[in-house]
Amino acid sequence: MRNEPPITWPASDFSRVPYAAYSDPTIYEDEQARVFRGPTWNYLGLEAELPGPGDFITTVLGDTPILVSRDEKGTLNAFVNRCMHRGMLLKRERCGNAKNHTCIYHQWSYDLKGGLIGVPFPKGAGGHGGLPADFDRKTIRLHALTIESYRGVIFGTFSDSAEPLVDYLGAEVRHELDRLFHKPLKVLGYQRQRIFGNWKLYNDNVRDPNHGGLLHMFHATFGLYRLSQTGGAKLDARGRHNITWNSLGTDDAKITDKGYEGTKKVLQRGFQLADMSMLRYEREFPDDVSLVILSVFPNVVFQQIANSLCTRQIRCKGIGEMELYWTYFGYDDDSETMTAHRCKQANLVGPGGLISMEDGEAVEQVHRTVLHERDKHARVEIGGKGAIHTQESLVTEVPIRGFYRYYCELMGFPAGQAAAE
Amino acid sequence: MTDTEARAAILDLMADYCHFIDDNRLEEWLDFFTEDCVYKILSRENEDSKLPMELMSCLNKNMLRDRVLSLRQANIYNIHTDKHVLGAVRVLGAENGVYRVRSNYAAYQTNQDGLTELFGVGTYHDRITFVGGKLFFKEKIVIADTFGIARMLSTPL
Ligand SMILES: [Fe+2]
Repeated sequence: MRNEPPITWPASDFSRVPYAAYSDPTIYEDEQARVFRGPTWNYLGLEAELPGPGDFITTVLGDTPILVSRDEKGTLNAFVNRCMHRGMLLKRERCGNAKNHTCIYHQWSYDLKGGLIGVPFPKGAGGHGGLPADFDRKTIRLHALTIESYRGVIFGTFSDSAEPLVDYLGAEVRHELDRLFHKPLKVLGYQRQRIFGNWKLYNDNVRDPNHGGLLHMFHATFGLYRLSQTGGAKLDARGRHNITWNSLGTDDAKITDKGYEGTKKVLQRGFQLADMSMLRYEREFPDDVSLVILSVFPNVVFQQIANSLCTRQIRCKGIGEMELYWTYFGYDDDSETMTAHRCKQANLVGPGGLISMEDGEAVEQVHRTVLHERDKHARVEIGGKGAIHTQESLVTEVPIRGFYRYYCELMGFPAGQAAAE
Repeated sequence: MTDTEARAAILDLMADYCHFIDDNRLEEWLDFFTEDCVYKILSRENEDSKLPMELMSCLNKNMLRDRVLSLRQANIYNIHTDKHVLGAVRVLGAENGVYRVRSNYAAYQTNQDGLTELFGVGTYHDRITFVGGKLFFKEKIVIADTFGIARMLSTPL
């Protein structure tokens, strides 16, 4: 237990974010313990990735390696991906199918529920060596996590005091997951992006609908997402998750041009793509929403950008680095044409995405410039100060404040006494 | 044209392709492709798992033009210069005037501080064809061994 919180939060409404939170190496391990291994639910993967008995995937929770495995009866189990003998990584493959989990180091093997079933040479050789008399393999099990699925999305927690998953997600997030995962999935593939910045900077990025129409000029230029369109940011009751949404084609030309005044390069009239097919939206939900960026605290984003659907998992790689792990999917009953369209539309996102590549640059350049700051802070007040609640416009960054309110609660960082002037 | 002449022309095309990217001549680089070309960057991870998702996918030359237009007009990316190093070029065969060509690449990026990092290695799987006595890429499939993309994938590989 520490004596004094290493970082002070100057404003009670979280409209100031101390830069030290992004770069102070002393808080990283604390975050792993209090946030990721604390009473939160973390995205681990999709059930569609391990549909059959014996199927497994390896993933991470924060930076802890995790093995998710389906047993003979079809039940999902998740463990720290580490042998109970001497700490060897138990499963090295990204995914596969196994009858049991055997460590390559000394061949200790575990059943699919995590119980130790065998150790070679238990009685040694020739009357010498081997396990001690009191070794009881039945007491040795892989370090298990509690996992729960919601609509085929697997979440895990290390904590006994986490709320039930449905309560943790809340009605607003569940509504979006019900929408996105309304029928069986087909996984289309993965992308990995190494981002050289703190994991929270990416959480900020996806809770900032404002930047979507300013940094990503492709968006504004080709009308997929403009700050003048119908849209907003829906928060859950606790304000820790966020749903950014918009409907394309809803912007008024006058308001758009006025809003983008002085940012001429962002909104460029007169440019046209030679092949517009990538931008086509095949309506597939019973509403007009063409973009949803759903961020669930602390490690996942669910995306609908037109027909491009994916999850983005934040994988911590130390204080100043993270991997963004993109899992793209469609639905089981997609036609070949639809699968091809989803793949074509994936040009918009991912590390090479026409409307997303900028995020890697923004996160890195913020991280670099705040590296040694210990008493300066970011100003987060677009959309207003004070109360943290759902936003009816895209010109907002209030969801960032919601993220840090819950973050500080978990980290035990006291908030400032007064709202920022 | 003899095999030797065809091979020499293929080597020239491959070299020009790399140098035009490295010299930031992307608009002229487009001229190395046929109108019905396919240009894709695939992650080895997805390839090995037979998953269709690409890292970049242009299904005709217009989509490739749009990539270049977007890079020039809309995208913001890490300021860098590219350098491609091409490995030995293997001409695997020809059917109906289309050559199957394979080669490895290493792509480096140099930042504004003058520091260079390996951005990635991989293999080009090309289909190259003669049109009007000149060679063009009909298909270029880049299989990236380095599928963990550092920062972002902006300029083409
Ligand atoms: Fe963004």
